[in-house]
Amino acid sequence: MRDLRRIGCRGAMLIRAEAMTIHRPGTVDPVLADVDFHIAPGEIVTVVGPNGSGKSSLIRALLGQMGLAAGRVTRQAGLRIGYVPQRVQLDTAIPMTVRRFLSLPTRVTDAEASAVLERTGVPGLGARQLTQLSGGQFQRVLLARALLRSPHLLVLDEPTQGLDQPGIVAFYQLIEDVRRQTGAAVLMVSHDLLVVMRSSDRVVCLNGHICCEGTPQHVSGAPEYRALFGAEAQGMLALYQHHHDHDHDHAHDCDHTHHAAHSA
Amino acid sequence: MLDDFFFRAVLAGLGLALVAGPLGSFVVWRRMAYFGDSTAHAAILGVALALAFDLSIYVGTLAVAVAMACLVSTLVARGQAMDTMLGVLSHTALAFGLVAISFVPSARSDLNGYLFGDILAVGRFDLALIWVGAALVLGLLILRWQRLVTSSLNEELAMAAGIDPRIERLVLSLALAVVVALAIRVVGSLLISAMLIVPAAAARGWAGSPERMAAVAALIAAGSVIAGLYSSLHLDTPAGPSIVASAAIFFLLSQAFRRG
Repeated sequence: MRDLRRIGCRGAMLIRAEAMTIHRPGTVDPVLADVDFHIAPGEIVTVVGPNGSGKSSLIRALLGQMGLAAGRVTRQAGLRIGYVPQRVQLDTAIPMTVRRFLSLPTRVTDAEASAVLERTGVPGLGARQLTQLSGGQFQRVLLARALLRSPHLLVLDEPTQGLDQPGIVAFYQLIEDVRRQTGAAVLMVSHDLLVVMRSSDRVVCLNGHICCEGTPQHVSGAPEYRALFGAEAQGMLALYQHHHDHDHDHAHDCDHTHHAAHSA
Repeated sequence: MLDDFFFRAVLAGLGLALVAGPLGSFVVWRRMAYFGDSTAHAAILGVALALAFDLSIYVGTLAVAVAMACLVSTLVARGQAMDTMLGVLSHTALAFGLVAISFVPSARSDLNGYLFGDILAVGRFDLALIWVGAALVLGLLILRWQRLVTSSLNEELAMAAGIDPRIERLVLSLALAVVVALAIRVVGSLLISAMLIVPAAAARGWAGSPERMAAVAALIAAGSVIAGLYSSLHLDTPAGPSIVASAAIFFLLSQAFRRG
């Protein structure tokens, strides 16, 4: 396991965005305005926000799939990213086994394929058709495929859409395990406020700009966050405080030291 | 043996089958059936232009099919309502092709041949062209196979892996245009898309992986060519439609004995 303590705030960021502004394609209508963002090695950062708040645009811009209207994005040289896009709908017309899917577009050995399926908790599914998987199994297969490149950073855009509550909890548990085993940083977009709060190092609350960000406790107590998520957030805060009685009082996004204790 | 018209017909059909299987699989995977139709129908316009300007019909059909493929690809990229647009384009191309061909007196009597193919009249030159063209398209598909399959499965996953789905779409469109031009002598403009889609659809039920489906589709297409040509020989039925009818029977069988 990596010692997450040594990751400092001033250390090299995997991705850093400065004063980033993005327009809706073909217009000058800003989706995101003046956003500063960074993610450090080993960190789990979750972006929350209402529909249309620019979450997916943020991800795409950070990945370099979308042009910027202003500002800049710098990615660490040689950064390997494992990406699971939002709502992956596979065309069912293509016959495709899990094993074959893992070899797209880069072929991997059988040993690598079975090892990564084991790691994501779906061992032995290799011969199964993708169309025969449950939602939870499919998300794990997607995650497995993303892990094959030994990424420094995993980017997951609403990875738990369509999963039931136990499935969601189990999936986030898996994400934490993966981070612990591989040291990969994780950047997620999510709707699952409660689980997000429990498994992130830092939460970024987005609504066209960054409303607030910081540790989960800081964000869930922030008035901007409550204004955005209303009653759901209120209930969440109560639950959150109930579940998390350990020390979480760092109100700033630069502090990751609590995490080593958390995952030990 | 090449002196025998029937043997030449079989070889021409097999050459087409070899490439129609894998390419047809992509047409099925990407739901490009109507796209195939409009490119194929445009070929009739190409025939008319070739005859009017005294060009080889292969040159004429290829040029018009490529133009149509590029036009449709552009429209797809702009996100137009595709089924309507393709329906308009497909039948417009066919109608204008038929009107244009009526101005070429020498072609009027051969119209049937262009619509339904005239595989029994395939010469050595046609044969060579079909095999060279089929080999080139097949080579292109094999060379780009991983990219093509990834972007057919999901464009976002492809983009995340650094593949530009627009390029892959263009590659398939051009491959389709080439195959349409090659196939016009074999099954004709109206039945080319059937030759692409029906064997691939039949293979779908018997294949667990994209490679298998492409291979099984090629085998079924080859079987259809042989069955169709023999029935044409013995029952005196038109060759092109007999080939497609054989493929349709394979499809019905595949539906009856589906694996999964």
